Amino acid sequence: MSDTLPSTTAAPAAPPPPAARRTVALARLRDLALVPAIIAVAIVGFIVSPVFLQPDNIINVLQSMSEIAIVVLAQTLVLIAGKMDLSLESTFGLAPGVAAWLIVDPAVTHGLGLHALPGALAVPLVLLTGALIGAFNGLLIVRFGLNGFIVTLGMLIVLRGLLTGISGGKTFFALPESMTYLGSTSWLGVPASIWITLALFAVAMVVLGYTRAGRSLYAIGGNVDAARAAGIRTDRVVWLTLIVAGMLAALAGLLISGRLASVTAAQGDGAIFQVFAAAVIGGVSLNGGKGTVFGAFTGVLLLFMIINVLTLAGVPAQWTNFLNGAVILVALVVSRITGGKAQT
Amino acid sequence: MTGQEPVVEAVDIGKRYGSTVALDRAAITVRPGETHALVGRNGAGKSTMVAMLTGLQAPDTGRITFGGRPAPPLGDRDAWRRQVACVYQKSTIIPALTVAENLFLNRHDRGPGGLIRWGALRRSARELLATWSVDVDVDQPASALTVEQRQFVEIARALSFGARFIILDEPTAQLDGAGITRLFARIAALRAQGVTFLFISHHLQEIYEICDVVTIFRDARHIRTTAVAGLDRADLVAAMTGEDVSLAGDPHRRPPAADAEVRVVVRDLVTASGAEASFEARAGEVIGLAGGGGSGKFEVAEALVGLARPVGGTVAVDGRTLRRGSVPDALAAGVGLVPQDRHRQGLVPLLSVAENVTMTVPERVTRRGLISPARRDAFARRFITDLAIKASGPHVSVSDLSGGNQQKVVMGRALAGDPKLLVLITPTAGVDVRSKQTLLGVVEQVRRRGTVVLVVSDELDDLRVCDRVLVLLRGRIVRDLPAGWRDNDLVAAMEGVDLGHV
Repeated sequence: MSDTLPSTTAAPAAPPPPAARRTVALARLRDLALVPAIIAVAIVGFIVSPVFLQPDNIINVLQSMSEIAIVVLAQTLVLIAGKMDLSLESTFGLAPGVAAWLIVDPAVTHGLGLHALPGALAVPLVLLTGALIGAFNGLLIVRFGLNGFIVTLGMLIVLRGLLTGISGGKTFFALPESMTYLGSTSWLGVPASIWITLALFAVAMVVLGYTRAGRSLYAIGGNVDAARAAGIRTDRVVWLTLIVAGMLAALAGLLISGRLASVTAAQGDGAIFQVFAAAVIGGVSLNGGKGTVFGAFTGVLLLFMIINVLTLAGVPAQWTNFLNGAVILVALVVSRITGGKAQT
Repeated sequence: MTGQEPVVEAVDIGKRYGSTVALDRAAITVRPGETHALVGRNGAGKSTMVAMLTGLQAPDTGRITFGGRPAPPLGDRDAWRRQVACVYQKSTIIPALTVAENLFLNRHDRGPGGLIRWGALRRSARELLATWSVDVDVDQPASALTVEQRQFVEIARALSFGARFIILDEPTAQLDGAGITRLFARIAALRAQGVTFLFISHHLQEIYEICDVVTIFRDARHIRTTAVAGLDRADLVAAMTGEDVSLAGDPHRRPPAADAEVRVVVRDLVTASGAEASFEARAGEVIGLAGGGGSGKFEVAEALVGLARPVGGTVAVDGRTLRRGSVPDALAAGVGLVPQDRHRQGLVPLLSVAENVTMTVPERVTRRGLISPARRDAFARRFITDLAIKASGPHVSVSDLSGGNQQKVVMGRALAGDPKLLVLITPTAGVDVRSKQTLLGVVEQVRRRGTVVLVVSDELDDLRVCDRVLVLLRGRIVRDLPAGWRDNDLVAAMEGVDLGHV
């Protein structure tokens, strides 16, 4: 191994030559493609209602997007590695559901739950459930070589059915404090879920931009044969990515359960469309190998800002679904125009 | 480099896939510093041998040694990479990542905390490319590279692992004449720096240009290893095919009658890239359109058949003026096309031979508006026979065929509509000698029926079947060479050198 890279070891930090800096700056610019759109929406929002730019409302927007944003982050990792995970929306509901089912006391909740485990185990249980779901997805996709889209579509239905089964279609409530803490508490006057979301995105940006493991996701998504030829254990990386994605979705589910102090049988139902939309708006390619964590963040931010503006404008609730879909399409067009490149 | 031990020696290699014998006691020995050619027709066992030599597969029998030492175990990719590297036809570059990252994929330079140091990585990428004089900006995405630059980058990456033995698998298949010249110059330079090459190519001329020694495989066996100098072309072809194959055009063929009707008129065609062309073709005439990279020959051909929209000019077939940039209209007017890139534009790999052949002519295989599989298969069987496509039947999926046979399917598709104008863009790229003969033989057949054939290529063998060759240089037709040109004249015209006035 001594003869591989003689030149790379001696490298005191020196500024790169101007040409390099320019292209790096350009790459960063592509990352910022949605920023003009976000600013434009902010201005429109301010015109619609001066409340829009007040700190309370901004925190409100960030909190309303925080859980979905974590799922978007999970999906982004999977998409960059060239796969898809539709089942994340069911994991989002099932993981806290399983924890609640094992912990809550049927005496308090009219027969729901088993009261088999102490409340202190809630958070590990949620994360373990997410990891197991991811590992099972990986088993089917990586080991058995099944198509990821169909596998995770099947898992989406199975997991949703499982949650409906264990909850009897009802809602778990009277959750232990360990489950509600993260989703409901505030740190320094800002909800903890916002801090957690921002921290996860920051960590993911570093991991994907500056570690071999993170770069290997891009290599696998871009050209799996080339990645394998470069010595990347592609199967293992994809499998781990699916597990991490499952855990992130489970954590997101925990946060929303904590915020609402309950787990409904329909928690996360239909959310996957919004998740895909946010990722694609943020420039993540459905074909793999392209996109950034920061881009995904701007995508989800843009989506929720538009929804918030519509709410402030007093759009009736019956039109919410129509507008959600329309917002996704409009945001796609906006990002296409500002990004300048055809989306794939 | 001791010069004594061979860089690689493979002895008695046998390999079977099920009932197919891919290699039968085959052998190859490559000595340090030489540029060694491995030739053979499709299916001769070249690719299998490459897979053995690069450690992708283990031979059933026989042994492989590198510099006298036994080959590393199959799982030890790093050890293999220090011995040998292969630049495949299929790219192992990841388009979305930068050149620098591609060079150091999965061995990024890392600083404290295991974080990648991008500055250092870019610097070492630049140093690496400078060492091997590859002039490429390491910060651009790899998708921006030309085929040729991509190959240089792959070679540099291979060298950075410590390998000094590089296998080039058909490196010239997608390059134009100038690109090939630059690649050969690069190979010669690297050779002077002590790099040994194994060169796999269908183009025999290239072997004469850059190789010292040639090994010939046929039917899974090693036939002959000999010095290139002093080897007769006919002997080489005979060793590859086991029989005499003549590649020269038929000297007795008659050009079309001077009073034959004019069937195709191209007037003042201007492509989006600025290339211009005007010419007329008579019934049964075969016209070559030649030129180096950037000459505009592909753009002209694509504008002609409607794949690209020309900015000016007209194309008329039998008096019918084609609608600009419309493939359906060109098809309706009787234009058949063999596109440049068969994988991208020519074939739907998962569909059967029959479906591919009849793709442009659904109306010929329908009965009462529905596609009749029986008619379709009968239609396709005709082409399978006519073109000697090696497929067990019309139902075989195209992805299961070899390159030469896939190209015949593309040819069949172009012929399916009984075209009045047949446009062939690099029709013999990456196919073996025998398939080449069949494909070029088709040209002779269709011209007898009065079809105009346009051969767009810079491959001399392709152009030999033409009645005249129009040479494009920087978007203008500069020469009109009648049949009987000398190779030097044509090459000189394509390169923009005027032999007559030097």
